[in-house]
Parts: sequence; C-alpha cells; structure tokens
Amino acid sequence: MTAFFALLKRDLLLAVRQGGALGTALGFYMLVVTLLPLGLGADMNLLSRIAPGVLWIALLLAALLSLGRIFSSDYEDGTLDILATGTLPMELVVTSKSLAHWLSTGIPLALMAPILGLLLNLDLDAYPVLVATMLLGTPAVSFIGAVGAALTLRTYRGGLLIALLVLPLYVPTLIFGMAAVNGLLGVSGTSSALLILGALSLASVVLCPLAAAAALRLQMQ
Amino acid sequence: MFDLGPHASFIWLSYAAVALVVGGLIAWLMLDGREQQRRLDELAARGVRRRSSGRKS
Amino acid sequence: MQTLTQRLANPTRFMEFSGRLLPWISAAAALLIACGLYLGFSAPPDYQQGETVRIMYIHVPSAWLAMAIYSVIAISSFGLLVFRHPLADVSAKAAVPLGAAFTLLALVTGSLWGRPMWGTYWVWDARLTSVLILFFLYLGLMALRASLEDETLASKLTAILALVGIVMLPIIKFSVDFANTLHQPSSVLRVGGPTIEASLLTPLLLTAAGFTLLFSAMHLKAMRNEILRRRVKALQLAEVERAHTAQLAAAE
Repeated sequence: MTAFFALLKRDLLLAVRQGGALGTALGFYMLVVTLLPLGLGADMNLLSRIAPGVLWIALLLAALLSLGRIFSSDYEDGTLDILATGTLPMELVVTSKSLAHWLSTGIPLALMAPILGLLLNLDLDAYPVLVATMLLGTPAVSFIGAVGAALTLRTYRGGLLIALLVLPLYVPTLIFGMAAVNGLLGVSGTSSALLILGALSLASVVLCPLAAAAALRLQMQ
Repeated sequence: MFDLGPHASFIWLSYAAVALVVGGLIAWLMLDGREQQRRLDELAARGVRRRSSGRKS
Repeated sequence: MQTLTQRLANPTRFMEFSGRLLPWISAAAALLIACGLYLGFSAPPDYQQGETVRIMYIHVPSAWLAMAIYSVIAISSFGLLVFRHPLADVSAKAAVPLGAAFTLLALVTGSLWGRPMWGTYWVWDARLTSVLILFFLYLGLMALRASLEDETLASKLTAILALVGIVMLPIIKFSVDFANTLHQPSSVLRVGGPTIEASLLTPLLLTAAGFTLLFSAMHLKAMRNEILRRRVKALQLAEVERAHTAQLAAAE
C-alpha cells in the first residue's frame, strides 16, 4: 500500500512542479466559456439558462487536453517500464495515476467552474450544486480518460484520437451530471441522477484501471 | 411507378442510399478479393511458397 | 469432438468452408430481401404515416444490424483476448467497416423517415441519439486501428476498446433514455402505432432476416479477403527476407 501512496505523492508533486498542464487546461476552460457569449450573443437570460450545461461540456473538453499526459511522460523516460516490473500491480499503478489526475486537474477544473459561472450569469442557487455534481462526476472523467490515454499511448499525435475515443464514453457522465444539477435545483427530474452519477464514478474507479492496465501492458511489449 | 404519396422522394432517397452503400460494399469486397488473389498468384508464380503447404492455397 | 469455432480456427479450413457457404447465404439473403420488399410494398399503407412507413423495411434492419454487428465485434474481441482464437481478429477487423456502414444507413434512413413524420431531419430522441453515439464508437475503432502500424498491437488494443464500448453501450443507452424522460421531444411516433399490424410485421421480419444474412455473407467475404491479405503480406515478407539472406550469402 505504501508503494501506491508513494507513487501518488510523486505524481502530485510532479504535477505541482510542472504547473504547465494544469494551467493550460484551466486557460482552455476559460477560453471556451468566453467564446460562448461571443458566439451566441450576450443575452444574459439565455446565458444563465445554458450556463450549467456549458460549464460541464467545457470541463470535459478541458480535461481531454490533459489526458495524454497521464502516462506519456513516464512512458517516454522509461519510468513506466520500471513501474511495470515493480511490486505494485499495473492496475494499481493506473489507479494511482488516475487519482493523481483527478486531484491535480479534475478538482481544480471543478472549482474553477463557479468562477466562470460569473461570466455566464449562472444562477446563485446553482453554484454549490454545480460544484458538488462536478466533484462527484470528475473521477469518472479522469478514470475513463485514463483508458483513452492508455490506448493511444504510442500513437503519434494521439491528441485528436483520444478525443474521438473518449468523448462518446463521457456521454453518461455529462447526462447524469446535468440531470443531477437540474434535479437538485428542482428544475426537473429526481435526485436519483445524483446517485447514478456517484455510482458511475465509483464503477469507473474500479473497472477502468483493468482496461487501461491491459492496454498499457500491450503497449510496452 | 406506383404512387408513393406526397413524400415519395424521401422513400426513394432512403432506398437509393441503402442500395448505394450496400452495392458499394459488395463491389469493394469483390474487387478487394480479386486483388488479393491476384497478388497471391503473382507471388506463387515467382516461386514464393508458404512453409506449411507445397501447393497453392 | 471439436466445436465449430475450433474446427474453423484453421484458416485454410475456414476458407474452404466459407467458400462453399457463401453462395448459398448470398442467394438466401437476396431472396428474403426481395420477398420482404415485395410484400412490404404491396401491403396497404399505414393509416398514420402513409407510404413513408415503407422506409421502415430498410431502417429497422439497418438499426438492428448496427447493434448486432457491434456484438459480433465484441464477441470476436473477447475471443481474441481470452481464447486467442486465430481468426478472432480477422472477424473483428472485417466487421467494423460493415457495422459503421449500416449504422450510417440507419441514421440516414431514420432522418429521411423523420422529416415527413416529425417535420425535422433530426430529433434527439433516445433511439437516434444512441445510434449516433454507436456510430462514433465504430469510428473510434477504425481510427484506433488505423493509427497503429503493428498489426498484433492494433488487434489487441482495438479488442480492448471494443469491449470497453460494449460495456459502456447499455450505460450510454440508459443515460440517453433517462435524459429523454426529462425533456420529452415533440412527438415520437412509434412505428405503426402501439402495435405493428401483421401486414407490416411479416415483410419487416423478412427484410430483417435478409439483411442479417446479407451481413453474414459480406462478413464472410471480408474475412476471406483479410486472410488472403495477411497471406500476401507474410509471403512478401518471406520473399524480402530470402532475398536479403541470399544477398548476404553471395557477399561472402
């Protein structure tokens, strides 16, 4: 177990030191949200109606940008080979790295959402609801994304490919994330969406490392 | 032909799309098959054989 | 006593078997589709949708195949990763473009059917949306395979992706259904009303069966082509190696 946390700590330290990836993701998040009023017109009523959905979608897109790096830098400098032959099973290596991604990128993006909500005239009631659902749903984003990262590890310019592979898999997270927001705000639907979102995240934490580890093992042969 | 009602063009278009795609697939499959067989015959003529069989496959 | 898949694991035997089977399957497919369409067009038009219900005879089979072919790919992928069946990858690789084509047809015919029925070329109802996402899953499979040069690696990674997809597919379908119960689109007409009358059902079953056989025939043919393609590659490789070693020997 200590190996797991050692790896987690190391990845978090690396992420903090090389702030570049997170900065890019946050910057991209802000840019996409900025494009919206520019493209749709600055009607504040319209913007506030679509704000939760926009913030969720832009978060998914920003997260996509950062997925490639989950494994690639370790693959390139040979660390992944060492990890593969180490005491920690590959599935736990993947779990640790995905968790690191969630802590270092997923959570910051979720916390940034309310700030961007200001730009979109987000309803005051929606602020805590949005952050809560995003915090609940972003583990799925990181763990499902890790599968995409593992599959495209050796693909040159895998950035676009990972988007094509992963975005369809993000659909349930998006739908239940939005349904949870609407459910909690009493707009529509029930609160079951929140539970389903949580279940989705939990399931992805458990199952995705299996697929990603299998893919990584194949990539490293 | 027969009267297919006011939306006949949609019906025709649908069937045309299916015919086009299915026909195209069949054509590709047959041409591809012929091409691969041609290459195999060419290789066989040059004396390249498979280890497992002494005759053409 | 070997099972069928075990006996067919040998490519040469598969080629023999499929070669004999193919003409029969093709003929049966053509017959069923012809009968289905003939019956379909000679039946009276649906009282709700008029003549456009005829599109059902190609839309529903396409949509059914879109799903069924993905299952074939998932089963083949499982066969590759778990049983290392020699023809599993051939089966999966051959099926993917076929599946994508039928999915596209399902979308196109669905859209063309929708325009006279609902007034728009597209609605985000549960079924069409699910098929659209399925189309992206197919594209993903093709893109992933195309991005990798090593055939063995490509076969196994696409197998993993296919299995991830088949697990996600019911979840995606469930989520899209869920989203639709929340915001009901204007009107989603069910085919032929609450139940399909017999005069519409029989032709539909005939064309559905015919399309399924059609896919089987195309799949077998595509597998045969792929087997030939791999033989060509292996022989070309052997030829190059032989020339190389001959060169080295001559240089001494």
